Amino acid sequence: MNTTQKLLNGKFSLEMQVYGSGEPILYLHGAGGLMPVEPFLEDLGAQFKVYAPQFPGYGESTGSEHIDDIADAVLFYHELMDELGIPSANLVGHSMGGMIAAEVAAFDVHRARKLVLIAPAGFWIDEVPIPDLFAAQLTEIAGLLFHDPNSPAAQMMTLIPSDFKALETMYVERVKRLAVAGKFLWPIPDRGLKKRAYRIAAPTLLLWGDDDKLIPAAYAREFTSRIKNSRLEIIKNAGHMVMYEQQEALVGAIGKFLKG
Amino acid sequence: MKFTWFHLMPYRFLPADFKEKYRSVWVDIPRDLYDPKVGHRLYNDYLDQLEYADAMGFDGLGVNEHHQNAYGLMPSPNIMAAALSRRTRNASLVVLGNSIALYNPPIRVAEEFAMLDVISGGRLVAGFPVGTSMDTNFCYGEVPATIREKYYEAHDLIIKAWTAKDVFSFNGKYTKLRYVNLWPRPLQQPHPPVWIPGGGSVETYDFCADHGYQYSFLSYFGYIAGKKVADGYWEVMAKKNKELNPYSLGFAQVVAVSETDEQAEKDYAPHMDYFYNRCLHVYNGFADAPGYRTVKTIKAGMLGQVGQQAAMRREGLEWKDFVEQGFVIAGSPKTVRERLREAMKSLNCGHLMMIMQVGSMPPELVRKSTTLFATEVMPHMRDLWSGFEDKWSPKRMAQNEIAMPAAVHFQRTEVNGKARAAAPGAAEVRGAK
Repeated sequence: MNTTQKLLNGKFSLEMQVYGSGEPILYLHGAGGLMPVEPFLEDLGAQFKVYAPQFPGYGESTGSEHIDDIADAVLFYHELMDELGIPSANLVGHSMGGMIAAEVAAFDVHRARKLVLIAPAGFWIDEVPIPDLFAAQLTEIAGLLFHDPNSPAAQMMTLIPSDFKALETMYVERVKRLAVAGKFLWPIPDRGLKKRAYRIAAPTLLLWGDDDKLIPAAYAREFTSRIKNSRLEIIKNAGHMVMYEQQEALVGAIGKFLKG
Repeated sequence: MKFTWFHLMPYRFLPADFKEKYRSVWVDIPRDLYDPKVGHRLYNDYLDQLEYADAMGFDGLGVNEHHQNAYGLMPSPNIMAAALSRRTRNASLVVLGNSIALYNPPIRVAEEFAMLDVISGGRLVAGFPVGTSMDTNFCYGEVPATIREKYYEAHDLIIKAWTAKDVFSFNGKYTKLRYVNLWPRPLQQPHPPVWIPGGGSVETYDFCADHGYQYSFLSYFGYIAGKKVADGYWEVMAKKNKELNPYSLGFAQVVAVSETDEQAEKDYAPHMDYFYNRCLHVYNGFADAPGYRTVKTIKAGMLGQVGQQAAMRREGLEWKDFVEQGFVIAGSPKTVRERLREAMKSLNCGHLMMIMQVGSMPPELVRKSTTLFATEVMPHMRDLWSGFEDKWSPKRMAQNEIAMPAAVHFQRTEVNGKARAAAPGAAEVRGAK
């Protein structure tokens, strides 16, 4: 992996992880942002060239004040793709990133060659409310995000530091990220994708953990019924953070779909 | 020194095991705990109490805005202020306030406040809170990261709507209006005094200092804990070369008076416990939505007054702790006089927002405490800050110009089978009381 710093339009300074070589993938992360190194992206990098920017306001990336809504976010990704010299690419998005990836593909149908949505947000079903991640306590988050909250991956990602300074840093970082995510997800994650999803032309793969407690698999039907050329694969023994619980199965499914 | 009798209007009848059984008094409190018939009694009791405070010579009557909770039953303080505008004559109507970012378009607030100012003969204080995270984000769905920006824009629109000489257009980010033309316009010119309730966000100090507004710190941890916030405010004011006029600071304080200190404990201890342990029992996840507070404020280490940190501060506290730590100023008139003077001096505060109906306090106890305060404490504190001009109280119409509601009760009577309204003689009205 290498990390680059990119300046876009004088508005955004972007921290970006780049992995591997080959056909390009643009990866859009979820509301939690990227870890310093993402093992599953590294794994994907064996077959593809993966670009994974931190969204403005996440990590070292700046410029979130220029993004108020979905239209701004979509435009941001369109311009970033032009800047990277990949005006079309495979788009892979997780959770909030899946929601935005679907929008990028719906706004301009030429942007996505293929689309992979991993447990995406973007719809709301009254009968199946999505738990309120914004109100969740630090101690509850592992239970919401993971099939097995006691697994080493879950423990590592949701560890609450006992040292006050570290706790403050973690808290402030979480607040900063979720504050940005709130522009798309607060109070419920529906910004009109249901009006636009029919436009998505790219072949689309939906991947869902069978034990996703944050965005239950019931939402998969919303996506498959609204996106013409789509199909769903359920991944066993995985919660919302599929990539940390079933990395191999996830990377395998993505690779097969994009190469196929 | 000025005194506002501030009512939170709590629901007084939450079950004894409320804290154990339910996670929050706010946002998702079960609605079947509310009995509208009890509510009817409460609103009328509470309005009686505010009217009584007016009759007893308090300077202001305070109401505020909260949503989906049992801690304060005023989703619309303007309705309460409207009721008070007709039945009171002297006191300011301190509406703290309307959470201006919640209204679309916010000129609704400019209009309703103008109405209240006109109806009351210029007695309105216009309060503009950002609002708690529970109210604004969780109940009203505002995006936390943008609420402050939306608040500032709403503020600019309202002030311009009150003061512009002509019809104007407003092209804001959140509100776009081709025609802004306020009818009615406020009676107080250029506009009613503005008070900004704050919970310790550092941005609010600057905002008040820069606009010349009064800063009202509304905490329930009393004057000892509140000193840090007051000092922070005065520090900003000093840095900006503003007058350190005590009337530019308001402070909320629970106050309760009885015949003796011992009697005060007997009278008020259970109600304080109800207030701190049931009315303020808020699920920590609702206290502070990500993005609601700026990173600057979080890092300044301000503790929220609700939620887990707040709960930790009052965990296991009893009457003597509440009194010793200054959460509550209570006791005999002499005790209250002394402590309150010390408190107001240490804060450099000229506008005291008194919480005198606390938690489950019944009407007769509220009246006793209010009477004792008005007769045996207030007169002894009037001299405090006499060297300063209070520029933050309403400039109402002359007393003899203020219209009074008709001084009779109309009664529906039947004459020859037809309904009509009849006004009984004044003597009958007196007799009815």
